[in-house]
Order: sequence, then C-alpha cells, then structure tokens
Amino acid sequence: MKKIVLLLLMLTLPFASAVCAKDIKAAFVYVGPVGDGGWTFAHDQGRIEMETLPFVKKTTFIESVPEGADATRVIMGLANKGYNLIFTTSFGFMDPTLEVAERFKDIAFEHCSGYKVSENMGNYFGKFYQGKYLSGIVAGAMTKADVIGYVAAFPIPEVIRGINAFTLGVQEVNPDAIVKVVWTQTWFDPGLERDAADSLLDVGADVLSMHQDTPATLQAAEARGMLAIGNDSDMRQFAPNAFLTAPVWSWGVLYKQIATDVHNGTWKPEEIWWGMETDVVQLAPLSDKVPQQIQDLVAEKKQALMQHKSQVFTGPIKGQDGKILLPAGKTYSDKELLSMNFFIQGVQGTIAD
Amino acid sequence: MLEILLDATVRAGTPILFATLGAIINERAGIINLGIEGLMLIGALAGFSATYFSGSLLVGVVAAFCVTFIAGSFHALITVQLRGNQIVSGLALTMFGVGVTALFGKGMVGLTIVGFERVAIPGLSQIPIIGKAFFNQDMLIYFSFLLVFLVWFFFYRTRWGLGVRSVGENPAAADTCGFSVSLYRFFAVTVGSGFVGIGGAYLSLASTPMWIENMSAGRGWIAVALVIFAGWSSQRAMLGAYLFGGITAMQLRFQAMGTTISAHILQMLPYFFTILVLVISTHRLQKGASQQPEGLGLPYDREDRK
Repeated sequence: MKKIVLLLLMLTLPFASAVCAKDIKAAFVYVGPVGDGGWTFAHDQGRIEMETLPFVKKTTFIESVPEGADATRVIMGLANKGYNLIFTTSFGFMDPTLEVAERFKDIAFEHCSGYKVSENMGNYFGKFYQGKYLSGIVAGAMTKADVIGYVAAFPIPEVIRGINAFTLGVQEVNPDAIVKVVWTQTWFDPGLERDAADSLLDVGADVLSMHQDTPATLQAAEARGMLAIGNDSDMRQFAPNAFLTAPVWSWGVLYKQIATDVHNGTWKPEEIWWGMETDVVQLAPLSDKVPQQIQDLVAEKKQALMQHKSQVFTGPIKGQDGKILLPAGKTYSDKELLSMNFFIQGVQGTIAD
Repeated sequence: MLEILLDATVRAGTPILFATLGAIINERAGIINLGIEGLMLIGALAGFSATYFSGSLLVGVVAAFCVTFIAGSFHALITVQLRGNQIVSGLALTMFGVGVTALFGKGMVGLTIVGFERVAIPGLSQIPIIGKAFFNQDMLIYFSFLLVFLVWFFFYRTRWGLGVRSVGENPAAADTCGFSVSLYRFFAVTVGSGFVGIGGAYLSLASTPMWIENMSAGRGWIAVALVIFAGWSSQRAMLGAYLFGGITAMQLRFQAMGTTISAHILQMLPYFFTILVLVISTHRLQKGASQQPEGLGLPYDREDRK
C-alpha cells in the first residue's frame, strides 16, 4: 500500500507546480508588432486589461520577436530580469519557451497556440472556429452570387478548422453556396492580401472572409462595393460599407484568470482551450445590413454554443469528394479538431501536404 | 480573363517599379543602395501621414519624395562624402527605416484615408485587352509610365545624365573631364531614394490605403534584385517589375479559379521564374554584355587616383 501511495505521489509530483507569487510581474513575447491591428494587438489589449489587477505590479512586452533561436534568448532575458509569469504568443515559440521553462522552475510560463505542457509551462488558446462559424452564417445569408471568397494565410490546422467551421455556418443558411479559398502563404503582406482578395472578386465572389493579420481584404471588398468579414479584431473603420462582422479575440479575461491563479498559488500548467462561453472568442457587433432574422439566428446559435448545447462540428460532415467523414450525430474530439488537415464539402481549394 | 490579369499585374508591379527605378538611379552613379526596403517604409509612412493631415494625395506623394530624399541623403553622406562602406550603410538604412517607421507610425495605425482612384483616359481605355490595364489606372501608375521614359531620357539624352553615368563607370575619368563626382553621386542617391519613397507611398496611398508596420513586406529586396535583372535599364525594369507582379497575380487567380494544381507549386512560380531569369541574364553576362557600371560599389577619392 505504502509503495502504491509513494508511486502515485511520484507520478503526480511533476504536475503539481510550486509557482506562487504575491506580486505578479508579467512579461509578454509577441511575434508581430503591437501596431498590426490584429493578432498581436489583441494580445496587448489583454495585457493592458490584466494590468488593472491590484497584485499585478508590472507588465512588459517585447514585440516582433522572430520564431527560433532568437526567441530563446529573449525569453531567457525576461526570466533573468525577475518576471515571474511569462506569456509567449506564437506557435513557433513553443520549444524555446519549454527550453527556458526547464531552467527556471520558479517561473510560470504560458504558451499560446501550442500543445506542449511541462511542470511549469502551460498552454492556452481559444475556440476561434466558433466565431468563424457564426460569421459564416452571416456570409451565407448575405451572398447573392452564392460564391464566398476566403483569403487564408497558411494551410495549418488552425486556419483549416476556421475555414471548415465558416463553411458549416454558410451552409446553415445557404446550402448551395461555395467557399473559394486562396492561400497567400503569409500572415502579413497587405499588398498581396489585397491582390488575393481581388482575385476572388474577379471570379465572382460577392462576400469575402479572411484569416490574415491586416484589413487589406476588407478594403478590396469596400472598393468594389462588395461585403466582407474581418478577422482577429474589429476593423470596421477600414470598410464602413463592406464590413459585416468579425470573429475577434479578447484575451483579457483569460490573462486575468491566469494571473489570479498564480497569485493565489492555485496555478497549474494545463491545456486551456476556452470557447465563446468565456468571452475569449467573440463576434464583433453585426452590421445593420444583416437582416433581423439572421441576427436572431446568430444570437440563437451563439447561445447554444455558449451553453454547450451544440457543437460546430456535428455529423453528418462530408469531405470535398462527397464521402462521409463524420457520421450523423457524431462530433470530433478536441484532439481531432486540433489536428484537422482536410477540407469539407462546399470548400473549393487545395491543401498540399 | 487576360484583361483582368494584366490589370492586376500592373497594380502589383508598380510599387516595385518605382523602387527599382530609384535603385537604378543610385547604381548608375556607382552607389549600391541596400536601404530600399527601409526607404519604401519611410515613403509609405510619410505619404500616408501627409495625406491624412492635409487631405491631399498630391501632398502625400510630394512628402514621400521629400522625406525619403532626406533619408537618402544620410546614405549619400556616408558613402559619397565620407566614403564609407556602401553595403553596411545601406543595410543600416533599412534597419533604420523599419525602426523609425514603427516608432513614428504607432499613432497612424487604424486611421483611414481616401486613396487614389482609377482615372480612365478617354479613348485609350477602350482598347481591347490592354486598354483597361494601362489606361484605366490611378495617377501614380500613369506617373510611373512617364518616369520610365524620363529616366531613359535623362540618362541618354541629357548632359547631366551622361555625367551620372560617367561617374558611375569611371569616376576618375569623369573627374578629369570636370564632372563633380561627389555632387553627381550625392544627387543620384537622394533623388533615386525619393522615387523609392514614392514606391512605398503607392502601397499606403493606392494599393491598400492605410499604414501598417512593415507593410512593404520585402518588396524593397525584390527591387534590389530586379536592378540586376534589368541590366540597369529603366525599360527592362518595367518588364521585370511586371513579370514579378504578373506571376504573383497569376498564381492567386489560378487558385481562385479552382484549379487543382497544388498551391505550393503555384507559389513556387515567381521564384522559379526568378531563377530562370537569373540563368538567362548570367548567360548574357558571360557573352560580355554586362551593363553593370564599372565603378559600382567603389568609393572615389581624388587623392587615391592611380
């Protein structure tokens, strides 16, 4: 008996973290500039919100940090400077964060969008695809041509999952519509994103959506009197007429929670994947152009997602070739969602492996 | 479809065209400028800010020219007057441009302006296929056509142009003939930088009317490479810029049309063509048809003349 208890203790020991700090000094490592108006901007808004907590004594950030060896040096530098809670907000920072975390056991590390956990490093992300799904409903209702263009950055699970969820939203109200995908292979190149958006308008799309960091796609739609859906943050000022809505990030609630846990000594390194019920993922206010009936439908679907009454990916779901991928009534596990690498029926585009 | 493709080609190629022309003016005088990327960013921010505060696009373009003219004068000061290393100075200029625009651009993020609109030239814009692409564009694109001609005219039909070319080819000989090497080089660098700035302003005033950090996204480096491809000629710079813009526009449109060719293969095309073009142009070089200015990259000091 003693042995078993000892064994159990040994097993749980690595997962119980000793990180606890009365005063929080938090540091953020960003992949892009705070001025990108999208991804990094949203994280920084979360940082500012976290600063309002009384026990958060200091926060800092380092922007435009390249992924790779440089990141290790930057994170190490922050750890040496006495920060006791460090956030790294890009997929490519995963291994550098882990490397530094192993050398500083008394510091809490949180990595965004990865999958590795250690005794003092957790990871966190939001179910952004839920917002993509709701915005898809709006797009499906607003398209007259039944062709929706989607400017996408890289064929990685996060983006693919978003496109599929968006398409499911479109099909909710408009089963005939197709979603055409153009890859840009960059997160950040306004000129190229604009050109990609134009190429989709050229082939007949009348509503555009995107998974990019700049508002260039919105401008393309605005210039031709078409409609568009934003990404990451509310960008309506760039396209006052074209803008319909946007799935947006709101990290403040999550950052405040983590800081509070570390403060109270209850912080555990775990995998956080929060959905709309927590406000981490939101939908920007809908444009007046969206009919009331659709606004109500979106609100209803949002409510169902928030109360876990429904799931975005619920069978039957067919692949691009029409074969059933997910039988009726079934849903995907988080693991399957996080590694999604195929398109569903209704998406026109290719994923090269 | 061809019409649309040509139109997209011209629009994607124009910022690179301005930058390449500016770089050619630099290098014709014998000064390598690797600060193109930084200058484009400075031009983009200056153009956007000036337009935002004045409400005039013309003021924006003039401001972009003037501010990059001044930024370029640092490169000129270091490389011409102080005879510093041109590579190091150019790289420093790029880093300076990235940093300084990030710093001063913070307040401009998220602001909006009305950008350049298309102006159809009566008659000419009706020509099938090429009409829309070349004669239904914005004023900056028309200016880029004019600039290609002006740069050629300047170099081959004016005494000043001859002066710039000769200080680039053989500064010692030019000096002997009474051309002021430092004066010609100084103005070639600063004026060339000014046109690079207009290329940057095309991004923030016409292509996507907004300011975002780092919005040139590597176009400056493409321009540096295109100078060599173009053999230091303004007409071939136009060809090169449109070729690069055209292949990018084409691969996006192939995807949008729903071809089943892998996106990765399509995205390789611009680089594949770059390599192909390099092979062809090096082959031409071996035949002894190099257009590279003889004095390129070499600081000139009258005292050191051999």
